Amino acid sequence: MRTTRSARVAGLAAIALTAAACGSGDSGTASDDDGVIELTVATFNEFGYDELYQEYMDAHPNIRIVERKAGTAEAAIENLRTKLAAGSGLSDIEAVEEAWMVGFLAQADKFHDLRDYGADDIADRWLPWKFEAGTAPGGEVIGYGTDIGPMALCYRRDLFEQAGLPADRDVLGQMITDWASYFDLGVHYVEAMGEGYAWYDTAGNIFQAMQNQLEVGYYDTDDNLVAAENDAIKANFDAVVTANEAGLSANLQTWSEDWAKAFQTDAFATLPCPSWFLGVIEGNAKGREGTWDVVDAFPGGGGNWGGSYLTVPKQTDHPEEAAELAAWLTAPEQQVKAFVAKGTFPSQVEALESAELAEMTHPFFNDAPTGTMFVNRALAVGEAQYKGPRDGDVNQALQNSLRRIEDGSQEPDAAWEQFLEDAERVG
Amino acid sequence: MPTVAAPEHTAGVATPQPSDRPGWRQRLSRADVTYSPYLYIAPFFVLFLVVGLIPLGYTAWVSLHDWRLDSTERSFVGLANFADLLDDEYFWNALGNTFSIFVLSSGPQIVIALGLAVLLDSGIRARSFWRLAVILPYVVTPVAVGIIFGNLFGDRFGLINTVLEGIGSGPVQWHADTLPSHLAIASMVNWRWTGYNALIFLAAMQAIPRELYEAAVVDGANAWRRFISVTIPMLRPTVIFVVVTSTIGGLQIFAEPLMFDSQPGAVTGGSDRQFQTMTLYLYERAFRNLDLGAGSAVAWSLFLIIVVFALLNYLLTRRIASAGEARQ
Repeated sequence: MRTTRSARVAGLAAIALTAAACGSGDSGTASDDDGVIELTVATFNEFGYDELYQEYMDAHPNIRIVERKAGTAEAAIENLRTKLAAGSGLSDIEAVEEAWMVGFLAQADKFHDLRDYGADDIADRWLPWKFEAGTAPGGEVIGYGTDIGPMALCYRRDLFEQAGLPADRDVLGQMITDWASYFDLGVHYVEAMGEGYAWYDTAGNIFQAMQNQLEVGYYDTDDNLVAAENDAIKANFDAVVTANEAGLSANLQTWSEDWAKAFQTDAFATLPCPSWFLGVIEGNAKGREGTWDVVDAFPGGGGNWGGSYLTVPKQTDHPEEAAELAAWLTAPEQQVKAFVAKGTFPSQVEALESAELAEMTHPFFNDAPTGTMFVNRALAVGEAQYKGPRDGDVNQALQNSLRRIEDGSQEPDAAWEQFLEDAERVG
Repeated sequence: MPTVAAPEHTAGVATPQPSDRPGWRQRLSRADVTYSPYLYIAPFFVLFLVVGLIPLGYTAWVSLHDWRLDSTERSFVGLANFADLLDDEYFWNALGNTFSIFVLSSGPQIVIALGLAVLLDSGIRARSFWRLAVILPYVVTPVAVGIIFGNLFGDRFGLINTVLEGIGSGPVQWHADTLPSHLAIASMVNWRWTGYNALIFLAAMQAIPRELYEAAVVDGANAWRRFISVTIPMLRPTVIFVVVTSTIGGLQIFAEPLMFDSQPGAVTGGSDRQFQTMTLYLYERAFRNLDLGAGSAVAWSLFLIIVVFALLNYLLTRRIASAGEARQ
């Protein structure tokens, strides 16, 4: 019997291994025998929700919250995209970064319309532009806003003084109104400082802010690519090219190694900075306290860079509970707590009026009252621009065209032509 | 077991068989000898089927469709995705970049690895330390390598350009110019893989019978002649192995060019696709443009190219190695 047995064991082992290879992880939602509902929440980076989960579970004994945290927004988005296409495997609540929200608005049918779960009643909780950007063209609300990244202007106080420009943040706030005034100051600055001193890091960064302020972007509301027809885009492109030719750009790509090192030099004097950018500057410019400051102004009005939404995919077995949790997490009281925990700037009107924000100052930036400043910046953000589902790809093509100009591999006219071709390819 | 075996046994008794035919016990035992080995190796092949062949087949299926990640409509288009690739200048650009980086990395890598292996095989001091040292880069993740080399190859404040400017030579545009960008990426690959290949060569060298060298010495062969006429021919299977694996790896370079881009997150491999490899282009089409059909077509093209190239390399290295053998 020995050989028989071993043969059978081998066969069994093979089958067991196959089974193990085929068996997938749990599919996200589960209901225990004792009626406890498990809700999974997929986030990335830091949402500041860790303590809030416990608070919610204490108040709702029938709910157990499990968080799935991805390392980066990109990883989270890839997971969401592929599992949305596959039709299974998603969490009950999926966080989506603002930049990718557009792509999911086009697939609104794969998410629960939160209007079915009371979105209309709480719509005025958010800044209107934030709520709007979570609403699909057909009116379906697929995401509740969490945080935002209102944009201000960060500047090198010491270098401004050196160049003979006003260094006071309130005076500068009066002077910088539109992009023309921003570029004019830049021309003054580089003329006064000479070679090696630039006004901003890269044209791509400036162009991005200008692009987002346009009423119509790369696409019209019928999803037609209008990059070539929309004269405002070409005008902005020409404006940054002209500024670059005047020496305003340090030609350093945001986030590159060279860029990060440049904070220890005097390579550039201003940066468009969303609220969360202050930490980035502080980290890169370590040891240079007081050289940077913030102006409570942004050229051309307001701007936003970053922030997220909580969505409830149709795959969930507990849409009602998930929607309720998402609504609770994004309520003003909770977002203020998240802000205190991890510094995520709240998108809710009531939260913007909180004492926590009003009292905030930033020691690294000359004790600038950054709390009230960024509240003002958040209120200055205009209507959300309509973005077609392939907006990101077209934008990458444009960013590449500006990079080609800055690294010297192409002339501006050729770069624009190639952008139009690339946009046509992906659009 | 007895409960299972018993009915079979009685069945065997109930229908007696001719004495010249083996009983069920013998047949089972013979079957065990014949088939059990297949069962033992089955787990590997089952796993290979699940994580290798099925995805491969599925990718082929997807590549024949107009299949987007953000849409549920899927229509069969035959070979249209492949036909589009033939007209796609960015595909050919990626193919060219891939081969350029592959040649710049695999070539020097194998030569240097052989040299290193010879040194490690000789009577140097602190042998274990050196052997450990050459494998260290292999342990570092490609992402960390990317950050380190990003600092070395920075256009403005990078270490290499600082040194070059120090000796009066102009800064190299590592990211904007095609060949320098390929060199930079190849150096990342080489740094990571040379030591690994050197250890494989070293292991093979140590298996060469010392008598062969002694005989060669008696015949008056110098060190170079011994290397060419004894070491290289004896390393033949190892050289083939290293060439084939580095071909497969070299044509799939992904993390290095991704990390090298001056705009993190961009998958275009530079502002003008100066260093976009095939896998990076695959990723762009499938997961940025969300065109899974086109991405799958790129994947299958890459697969076929790798198969052809690995075969070609195999034949080539075989010839070279056997030519050396013939000379001996």
